Amino acid sequence: MDQHDHTPESTPEVSASRRQLLATGLALGGSMAVSMPLWAQSGPIKIGHLTPMTGFLGALGEYAAQGIKMAADEINASGGVLGRQLEVLTEDSVNPQVAATKAQRMIERDQVAFLMGEISSASALTISQVAARNKKLFMSIGARSDVLRGKDCNRYTFHVDIPVTVMVNAVGQALLRDNMVRGKRIFSLTADYLFGHDLSKVARKFWANNGGTLVGDELVPTDATDFSPYLVKIRQARPDLIASNLAGNQVTNFVKQYAEFGLPYPVVGFNLNTADAWAAGEGNLGGIWPTVWHHELQTPGSKAFVANFIKRFNRVPENHAWIEYVSLRMLAQAINATKSVDTDKIIAYFESEAEFDILKGRKAYFRSWDHQLMQEAYPFTVKPKGTYKEKWDFLKFGEAVPAPNQPLDLLATTKEENTCKM
Amino acid sequence: MEFIFLLEQAVNGLVLSGYYLLLALGLSLIFSVGGIVNLAHGAFYAIGAYLSLEVIQVTGFASSIFITPVLVGLLGILFERFLLRRFYNADPILSLLVTFGLAMVAEQALRMIWGAAPLPSNMPPEFKGNVMLGEFMFSKYRLFILGVVIVVLSGIWVLLNKTAFGRVVRAGVQRPDMVAVLGIRLQPYMTAIVVLGVATAALGGVLFGPIAIVHPAMGTEIMTVAFVVVVIGGLGSFWGVVLAALLVGVVRGITIHFQPAAGEASMYILMFIVLLLRPRGLLGERIERFE
Repeated sequence: MDQHDHTPESTPEVSASRRQLLATGLALGGSMAVSMPLWAQSGPIKIGHLTPMTGFLGALGEYAAQGIKMAADEINASGGVLGRQLEVLTEDSVNPQVAATKAQRMIERDQVAFLMGEISSASALTISQVAARNKKLFMSIGARSDVLRGKDCNRYTFHVDIPVTVMVNAVGQALLRDNMVRGKRIFSLTADYLFGHDLSKVARKFWANNGGTLVGDELVPTDATDFSPYLVKIRQARPDLIASNLAGNQVTNFVKQYAEFGLPYPVVGFNLNTADAWAAGEGNLGGIWPTVWHHELQTPGSKAFVANFIKRFNRVPENHAWIEYVSLRMLAQAINATKSVDTDKIIAYFESEAEFDILKGRKAYFRSWDHQLMQEAYPFTVKPKGTYKEKWDFLKFGEAVPAPNQPLDLLATTKEENTCKM
Repeated sequence: MEFIFLLEQAVNGLVLSGYYLLLALGLSLIFSVGGIVNLAHGAFYAIGAYLSLEVIQVTGFASSIFITPVLVGLLGILFERFLLRRFYNADPILSLLVTFGLAMVAEQALRMIWGAAPLPSNMPPEFKGNVMLGEFMFSKYRLFILGVVIVVLSGIWVLLNKTAFGRVVRAGVQRPDMVAVLGIRLQPYMTAIVVLGVATAALGGVLFGPIAIVHPAMGTEIMTVAFVVVVIGGLGSFWGVVLAALLVGVVRGITIHFQPAAGEASMYILMFIVLLLRPRGLLGERIERFE
């Protein structure tokens, strides 16, 4: 009888020892995984994926995580690559310092074969430095700063998104066509971090080369939500044109409050993601903006991607969902073609300027000397009120630039402009 | 001309102060009466913004200004009854941890229910546009917010200073033991203060939703500013919080006029200077039990 008697006091002890047992088991299991490298060869191919899930780029990061997940699931469902499954470890990159720490940890502890992701140019820069130090491939997917593929380029980093030079040139062509630059007084607002500074530099050059006068260029902290002091300054300057070099949800806040104050000057911008445009709400957005991809693209691949994404996540994919999706497929193509997960072989494959189907009209390739993906971009404007039905539907996308008869690297930096030395 | 421009920034900053006030006042009240630093205060602001998007669908914008704070106030009753009440006499670090945890739970809950992507939120079209008063430009909508804030502020001031309710609350701030000796239970008063506090925060969310974007982390963002205002103003002081909110708004505006990149940092520098000169804040009262 005594043996079956459970006093209440004894219960916590039991559960404590059970917990200990579990912990020991976990630790054992962990050390086994590390001590048996043979497993890693036939196990999944691990990919460390960092993207901002919080902060002013967090909304975009959610699309990014969904896009790469969808690509991984599709590839795995059809048998994986080289008979192995792809395992994408997605984490919030938070800020440049945390991003670098996490990248290092993913390489050392999680033993990832590749690093991918990022939207923030500042975090992409620190991750690319970690990648170079550890000689691991990093596909920088959503970061757009020129310096990443310019003076800070390295052999281990490849850049998928369009750089700021392309964004400025894509919108710039439309502005020149509409006679909105020469002799005009331009006021710009710039996101106060690596990407914004870089964009502002390229934009300044564009205004100067085409006869526009910059009458103001104000730095805006990335945590600013109230833009009224900037709007007051804009009205005081009375410009002919307002140009936005802002980023993430800054753009949304700015266009919303610009509409709130009802200022009369036209607004254009060199950076706006479709998710941020949707969040601005109908009736608030105007002007001309560039994008790397949009959901109304009429290629069979894009249409299938959009349909599958909506079916799975119940919302329209944004450009960051698309770009993560095609990036993982590019990596899978490279692994299949080289029959290897070896960093040097994958780099050699990308540098061979092999072509990739990225669901656009024309195929894309990585330019060998700066590792920048050469691809089409699209300017977009806003449909007039009353001509659209759904909230996803108010953006009006233009034809691809460069045009089909022009070279794909027409809008990119030239070898003379770009200081990349690998 | 330069001086007029500067003045315009200062006046524009004053308008924004009203919005800081809606958050800081509740935070200060809950601390003064309950001794609890409510780190979840911003969460009620965010919940207010999200709920108002749903309420607007049903009742329209005007009614949502009244209905949403009431709904969030009801949530405040649960918050006080089941969480805060346990911590009035406990080590302050405990309530700090609980409300900090609650803020994170609330943010993730918003993310789960409405998604991480910011939601479009629009003001009624008749509020869009600006009015020129002399040389100064004002947004119509923000003038409207300012009006609402003045009404709410006057209401709270009357409640605290001209009613029996207010007398008990003020006595409770200074000497809760004496209030208890007189046979008055402070508990229901505390519930009322928490409801009032979170409802004004929710009102802030309703009103600011159409200006900025509605997203899950908006509560965390605004908490820092609300804190700075309370600390600068001094704990337990109604007018201290008002004065601090005005000061933060004006200093931010003037800083952006000269040095736009330092706009968001200006309020911390202000806090630093104020705390150096007056460690209890501008009009902070000496509250015995917090010393």
